[in-house]
Amino acid sequence: MQPSGYEPEAGGGLDATFAALADPTRRAILARLAAGEASVLELAEPFDVTQPAISKHLKVLERAGLVSRGRDAQRRPRRLEAQPLAEASQWLEDYRRHWEANFRRLDAVLETMKSADKKRARPKRQGARR
Amino acid sequence: MTNAAALQIATPSDVEVVMTRVFDAPRRLVWQAWTSPEHVSQWMLGPEGWSMPVCEIDLRPGGSWHFVWRKANGAEMEMRGTYREVAPPERLVSTEKWGPEWPETVNTLTLAELDGRTTLTQTILYPSKQARDAALKTGMADGAATSMDRLEKRLHTLTPR
Repeated sequence: MQPSGYEPEAGGGLDATFAALADPTRRAILARLAAGEASVLELAEPFDVTQPAISKHLKVLERAGLVSRGRDAQRRPRRLEAQPLAEASQWLEDYRRHWEANFRRLDAVLETMKSADKKRARPKRQGARR
Repeated sequence: MTNAAALQIATPSDVEVVMTRVFDAPRRLVWQAWTSPEHVSQWMLGPEGWSMPVCEIDLRPGGSWHFVWRKANGAEMEMRGTYREVAPPERLVSTEKWGPEWPETVNTLTLAELDGRTTLTQTILYPSKQARDAALKTGMADGAATSMDRLEKRLHTLTPR
């Protein structure tokens, strides 16, 4: 536990994270940066969009605190900031856990219903089926 | 647990959350388990420690539903809504609201059966992106019972990774 390591003002909050993640190009940029830092030029290369368009996406990602700039003045490499992403997925995880618990219980309820169904069917054709 | 039974959760747009899960039962039974109070009160309990003393379902278009959950320490929460479309055993559209300060969502359940197994898809449509993100933040029932203050505290205890 490192409560002091969390700075609420550092990024744009969860809303900004989700907004930034809503765009497929931005998700692709993040996926690329997950493999290591890259310059704007390198980031624009695989995409069928202009460099200014990539810069615009990067601005959104930077505002959300998902991407930061490296020190190299020439390349200005962008790098992935993992913390806001981890938070966003943490909330999705909570949501998932809630429903996974529900659905595991639903599995059990369905099993009971299935055996009740079989019992009802049995007296009619005992031994003929199943 | 097999991979096929894994719960998928997606956010295909700014205002939606979509859950998909496969059940090893025909959809007739899944429909029954999802729409009859005797079954719902057994499984729709969220995190450990909650029971569901009130589970009222008036299953017809325009009919209302009302769920109340209770924890051993006395904490309670409730949720209500109205059915818009009722098409057994494949489609159910309903509204859902936690309370006056919460946004109303429109939930669409579809059940598709293949070889005796049922794929359940629940689409939750929020009135706005902010509403959806807020709901995701509170982690549904667990968080709805938790005040925003307690949520903030929890945020601070999250181990940064």
